[in-house]
Amino acid sequence: MSTVSKSKNQSTNGSESNVQNSNAASRLDLRAAVGGGIFEYAPAPESVRPEIADAYGLFIGGEFVEPENGNRFASINPATEDTLSMIAEASVMDVDRAVQSARDALPGWAGLSGKDRGKYLFRIARRMQERARELAVLETLDGGKPIKESRDADIPLAAAHFFYHAGWADKLNYLLPGRTPQPIGVCGQIIPWNFPLLMMAWKIAPALACGNTVVLKPAETTSLTALRFAQICQEVGLPKGVVNIITGAGETGKAIVEHRDVDKIAFTGSTGVGKAIARSIAPTNKKVTLELGGKSANIIFEDASLDQAIEGIIEGIYFNQGHVCCAGSRLFVQESIIDRVVEKLHDRMSTLRVGDPMDKNTDIGAINSKEQLETIRKYIGVGNDEGAIQHDVCQSELPEKGYWCKPCFYTGVQPSHTIAREEIFGPVLAVMSFRTPSEAISRANNTPYGLAAGVWTDKGSKIFDVAKKLDAGIVWLNSYNKFDPSSPFGGYKESGFGREGGRHGLMAYCK
Amino acid sequence: MTPSIPTSPTVDAIMTDRRAASFTTRSIKKESKLAALTLAASMIDLTTLEGSDSPEKVRSLCRKAVRPWEKDEEILGHRLGHVAAVCVYPSMVPYAKELLDGTGVNVASVATGFPSGQYPLDIRVRDVEQAVKDGADEIDMVINRGAFLSGHYDVVADEIRAVVKACGNAHLKVILETGELVTYDNVRKASDIAISCIREGDFIKTSTGKVSPAATMPVTLVMLEAIRDAYKDTGKKIGMKPAGGIRTAKQSWHYLCMVNETLGEGWLSPDWFRFGASSLLNDVLRSMQKLKTGEYAAGYDFSDA
Repeated sequence: MSTVSKSKNQSTNGSESNVQNSNAASRLDLRAAVGGGIFEYAPAPESVRPEIADAYGLFIGGEFVEPENGNRFASINPATEDTLSMIAEASVMDVDRAVQSARDALPGWAGLSGKDRGKYLFRIARRMQERARELAVLETLDGGKPIKESRDADIPLAAAHFFYHAGWADKLNYLLPGRTPQPIGVCGQIIPWNFPLLMMAWKIAPALACGNTVVLKPAETTSLTALRFAQICQEVGLPKGVVNIITGAGETGKAIVEHRDVDKIAFTGSTGVGKAIARSIAPTNKKVTLELGGKSANIIFEDASLDQAIEGIIEGIYFNQGHVCCAGSRLFVQESIIDRVVEKLHDRMSTLRVGDPMDKNTDIGAINSKEQLETIRKYIGVGNDEGAIQHDVCQSELPEKGYWCKPCFYTGVQPSHTIAREEIFGPVLAVMSFRTPSEAISRANNTPYGLAAGVWTDKGSKIFDVAKKLDAGIVWLNSYNKFDPSSPFGGYKESGFGREGGRHGLMAYCK
Repeated sequence: MTPSIPTSPTVDAIMTDRRAASFTTRSIKKESKLAALTLAASMIDLTTLEGSDSPEKVRSLCRKAVRPWEKDEEILGHRLGHVAAVCVYPSMVPYAKELLDGTGVNVASVATGFPSGQYPLDIRVRDVEQAVKDGADEIDMVINRGAFLSGHYDVVADEIRAVVKACGNAHLKVILETGELVTYDNVRKASDIAISCIREGDFIKTSTGKVSPAATMPVTLVMLEAIRDAYKDTGKKIGMKPAGGIRTAKQSWHYLCMVNETLGEGWLSPDWFRFGASSLLNDVLRSMQKLKTGEYAAGYDFSDA
């Protein structure tokens, strides 16, 4: 645009007031769209209220059973701080029971024809679609994510994973030329709280398709959809013991990882825990896949379609409150357009609606837990202390109760700043600049992580060249957060190893 | 000196479609819905553009434009305002003017050899002058798509300027006919060219309604973004009119959400945003009745225009 150079100034290096003044002086302000007068969106709450039991047991051998020591912990709705249910805490004994049940079920399940295993997976997928609304509401109540995301992304994608892998179950002989894949055995699977049902689908669907049996532990703050999934397993008549779901926190997860009769560990979560798992199983012959943290780069060149790139930035970092392992938390913008991008980002962010996750118009919901909120606040504090400029443009009023964090972004960020290096797992974006493609690539790769990246340019040769040189498991071109069951997902470096989805994902569950 | 043709940013389809689709998940309830429907009704350019149009058809349209709903007081408890304009062919302008003069409803006339524009410039300009002389308050022109698609942007721009001049005090709406421009890049470029040639308060408009596809959400979004960028760069405020294919009340509030979140409340008025539609009005009224009474009325409960 002809105006790009006009408003060029030191806003990327200057103080916050500097940014705002320069905008006010050279740019006209649009009336903000939120919190307005003539066209305010009335609350549009999702009305379905799913049944939630006061307390849940552990799903072992096809039945809900009491935890051996009787211990339970509360599952909290992060938007209201109300207790939703009491969740069983599985002890080492319970884990042993679950693994034994999976072991007992293994010969029968692995012995079924692929076609018959596929039938069960298709049934599960259809049942998830039938109960999609209920699952979406549960996911939102338990995890704090906006209902529009659980309704439009989490649940449909989870069902899609079961459909996709149902189709593979009787075609595994075509997976690798000349080989007949065999199941690995009993899989211990530990999943995070950011996409509870979806991550469960990523783990269970390929494992079952290949003839494995599983012991899965959801994260302690988000157990409800996994427990509802256990009911779905009952409803579709899945043979007992093929899927075991045990709830609990770190100790329970540790017991799964250390159990001698588990053949494979699949873990999605923090890099710290992933390293501990890798250490723990190093002396064993357990197989492992780890999908860990990230500090993914979104790179915007001056010839990119800017308004669409802005959508990609928003999608990249503010989707699911930034609780996304592949979140595009580092934004690299070519120096010639950085003021324009910052201005557009500012305008677009002022339209984001933060609040009640059950409201269909909410764009950003509640932070998953008090602990996570404290972590994010700590990083925001550090960002300010280290001299980066915080842009807090969200206009929504936050509810009094619950765990909330307004989305924000930082300019004046140096690659050495903590907020540019460590995974925040919240709606916080670090904006940095670059001049040449090679500088963009080296800065993007200057991180211990390597999960995802986004590249935005209108020039075909540049986009493929840059994508090739980025050390990231997933590179999105002129888009972000596009997921499909047929597309492998996984990281480089400290973002883990192994892939989930597609043929690569199946190979992690066969031998 | 010939004014330069603006350089336009590129537009990528994937995220444009995704962003446009996101407005369709906005949930508009209760008071907001009634406010949105009332606003949508006031923004409609009731349109008839058929070879078979008769003075009687135009009179019927005018009556509907001034008093959209006979049962408004009974159901809403107050009179519903008039729509924004009645849009007709130039030959029908005198009949419309006769009935609409002083009602607040504008007479809009398509001109410049609508819908193809495949006529010599002097004839197209003459078309505009006659419509204005006959009483048109607003002129809906078509751009020269042949010149645009062959890269003669200066011709497109010069012709728009010539029409602006011929309009005098009449407001101008520039129809890009996006269905023939095909790509979002072209839509953006044509929008930028048109915006650079017209006056504050003039409009850009998607379609004639004679070519499919007519208005779509993503195309309208691209045009709104062009309006926003021009406003931010130069302060010139331009209006927007999607036309063709908007038939349901639900579609209308999706568009309003898009305007609200792209341009802001400053554009939420008939001065700055219009719907080129005819069947939309009755569906809006029907939704109002549902909101007030809880029951869906039959289509035949509402008078045709």
